[in-house]
Amino acid sequence: MAAVTRGSFTALRRLLTQQYRRRCFRPHGFRSERPLLLLSNNRCLQTLQCRTLHTTMVSRGPVVQFKLSDIGEGIMEVTVKEWYVKEGDRVSQFDSICEVQSDKASVTITSRYDGVIKKLYYDVDATALVGKPLVDIETESNSEVIQEEDVVETPAMAREEHTHQEIKGHKTQATPAVRRLAMENNIKLSEVVGTGKDGRILKEDILNFLAKQTGAILPPTPVHEIHTPGPAQVSAAARLASTSVAIKAPPTTTARAIFTGKDITEPLTGFHKAMVKTMTAALKIPHFGYCDEVDLSRLVTLREELKPAAGHRGVKLSYMPFFIKAVSLGLLHYPILNASMDEGCQNITYKASHNIGVAMDTSQGLLVPNLKNVQLLSVFDIALELNRLQVLGSKGQLGTSDLTGGTFTLSNIGSIGGTYAKPVILPPEVAIGALGKIQVLPRFGSNGQVVPAHIMKVSWSADHRIIDGATMCRFSNLWSEYLQNPARMVLDLK
Amino acid sequence: MSYIRGAWPLLGGRSGVCRCLHRNQLSSSSSSVVLQSRCTDVFQNLALEDWIDANVDLQQRSVLLLWRNHPAVVIGRHQNPWTECDLTAVRRMGIPLARRRSGGGTVFHDLGNLNLTFFTSKKAYDRKRNLKVITDALRSTAPGLDVHATDRLDILLNGRYKISGTASRLSRKSSYHHCTLLHSADRSALSTVLRPSCPGIVSNATPSVPSPVANLLDHAPMLQWEELVDVLVRQYNTEFGFSAVSAFVDPADESAFPGISRAAAELRSWDWTFGKTPKFSVQTVLDLTDKESAVRSSAHLNMEVKHGFVNSCKLFVPDDWLPPHLSAALANALVGERFCRRRASVCVAAVVCDSGDLRGRLRRLSDAVLSVMS
Repeated sequence: MAAVTRGSFTALRRLLTQQYRRRCFRPHGFRSERPLLLLSNNRCLQTLQCRTLHTTMVSRGPVVQFKLSDIGEGIMEVTVKEWYVKEGDRVSQFDSICEVQSDKASVTITSRYDGVIKKLYYDVDATALVGKPLVDIETESNSEVIQEEDVVETPAMAREEHTHQEIKGHKTQATPAVRRLAMENNIKLSEVVGTGKDGRILKEDILNFLAKQTGAILPPTPVHEIHTPGPAQVSAAARLASTSVAIKAPPTTTARAIFTGKDITEPLTGFHKAMVKTMTAALKIPHFGYCDEVDLSRLVTLREELKPAAGHRGVKLSYMPFFIKAVSLGLLHYPILNASMDEGCQNITYKASHNIGVAMDTSQGLLVPNLKNVQLLSVFDIALELNRLQVLGSKGQLGTSDLTGGTFTLSNIGSIGGTYAKPVILPPEVAIGALGKIQVLPRFGSNGQVVPAHIMKVSWSADHRIIDGATMCRFSNLWSEYLQNPARMVLDLK
Repeated sequence: MSYIRGAWPLLGGRSGVCRCLHRNQLSSSSSSVVLQSRCTDVFQNLALEDWIDANVDLQQRSVLLLWRNHPAVVIGRHQNPWTECDLTAVRRMGIPLARRRSGGGTVFHDLGNLNLTFFTSKKAYDRKRNLKVITDALRSTAPGLDVHATDRLDILLNGRYKISGTASRLSRKSSYHHCTLLHSADRSALSTVLRPSCPGIVSNATPSVPSPVANLLDHAPMLQWEELVDVLVRQYNTEFGFSAVSAFVDPADESAFPGISRAAAELRSWDWTFGKTPKFSVQTVLDLTDKESAVRSSAHLNMEVKHGFVNSCKLFVPDDWLPPHLSAALANALVGERFCRRRASVCVAAVVCDSGDLRGRLRRLSDAVLSVMS
């Protein structure tokens, strides 16, 4: 798969030194250049998140040319399609280096060494030759420099794939890194229960074994660092450190977990850039705010009555269509709120259509599609159109025509929560309203008794260059009146 | 992919069958398993291929997987979905688009198309032999049938119709070779769907080589699906000397295949399907003719797309038609957004709203740019 992980065994794990190898094993007929255990599942190593036990400085070793090995079928050249590393990256053995393609075969080339990538020999889409260098890797100084094996091999040549460590006649399988870890901690592999494939011993198994021992084996680590998974680093153990701290009392030296999470900086693109632009332009408008509360008790009753009828006609009726229609009726009396000013503030255009925008919180972010010509639509039509826009918004399919041409905006922030707000006008409009949530609050009724009332708060903002407070106040009163007494809407129906 | 510890009965676990085999037969994989997927979701089946590739020890045994999908378009690892298929049509018809991990060209899968995947160790990778299994199987059941494999690893019927195409993937130790086999596919949908989404794409992605195709059923009417599957399994066993039994598997079963749903989710993601497109550029001329006044006008669009995102965008518009700062604002708004019409609409809307008198012209320009994206 194309997944790239850079499991870091770098500092601790060194490829086998001569001394260690002599001590450990020498299976007959086994070629020295491939002492490493080749697991059938190279993910085994990569998914182990454990970092090394202690920091060690890695000194530089020889630069090795990693040649492109044979991929079978007599193919002599391939096209490099994608690099997973770049110069300067640290790689571990079995990490993916690049993806090449030849004759409908896509091949992932994995690294044979640990080290730092020094040079990439090909660009993307270049033709790479089998047997020629693909990358230069600077290996670590103590590592066994694996002599170049035969690059072009015939499939018939059988190679010993597994190495075995004979301890007391008991065959134990483990990679060199794991064996080294065991050796450094004086652990007999025969005592460790392997949980890998075929009983193979994994690093996890060694670490679990260590965790069960009482403290002495672990070197004291004054600072336990918790790293978020990131590029390979030479650093202290993460999981092991925290596990061992949990199991035994922390060392007496100061042991505080230090969070080294990384800040992530990325450029603003696309949608966010657009929003920055819009909002910067918006705040050039001198806003004033006007807030009020509306008693929606009668509207609540009306909606309950009308919901089934609308449902039969296939529409989910919320309160918004009523709010939107009331705005349009109000704009007929106060057309200046449906106007627009030009760039130089020289001319004001009174827009004929009431294109009421409705702010929506979609997966892409805040979008404001608008309903066109609300002055011509009934409440039911508005509900239908609103549903359509909501469905498109949830699918991320709103088009330019839906998103442009608005003349007035309503933001129903109350559907998420809140009471009063300070909405920002979307240029080139001149007014906006934010609706809080509908709460049941005690109010005095006409006979002086305390009655429960459905109260919603509304916050308007308008462009003070052309709208004055009195106009906004009167518009708001009219709008509230339509909603508090929905029967009044019937009088002004067109 | 998660490290697999759970024992999967057919393949043996860490104990029993697997270990025995390992100790006695170190170097040859002399056994095999044939699996048939019950699922027809292209992403689940591709995820199953990945799972087998990553989790089964192919040094010990080979696997043959037989599967088919509901209609889907599958592009190769290094291909460009915008050139290979018409994305608007594909979305409209509700056909999923998937990018597989092996190389090669674009195919249209449907329930009449049988997919075979031969999993082997890298040493035992031999595509010609796998195709021989298919041609021998077909000839054994329909003796007069003229089928043979070409050097390009296609299988041709009567010397001209392609009934099978091949792709493969090699990892460090394992490999798989999969191929299609057209039994009774719907060829009419193919031509609607497999054509470029937009003009003017310049790219180095792997191109597809179109060929005339035919269905096996048209030329061997007695060959039903079940019989085809049976004869293929038998020939597979004969050719490689296996005695594999065939078993049905359900790739949606997370308990049998731990980690598979995550793999399927990755294959479904935009980042994999579109984000893995090699970089390409779009160079085209936009027609800005005003329908009412019939004034002809045009602009040049030059866009670079990397990892599916617009990396740079340049619009060359006549200065007298639209002031340069507006076309630059439009071009700039698209940079950093996905090369996707819907996403771009949002960014463009913000610029259009802001533009005053010239809004009409800017709208026309933005519509023309958006029509190039899909």
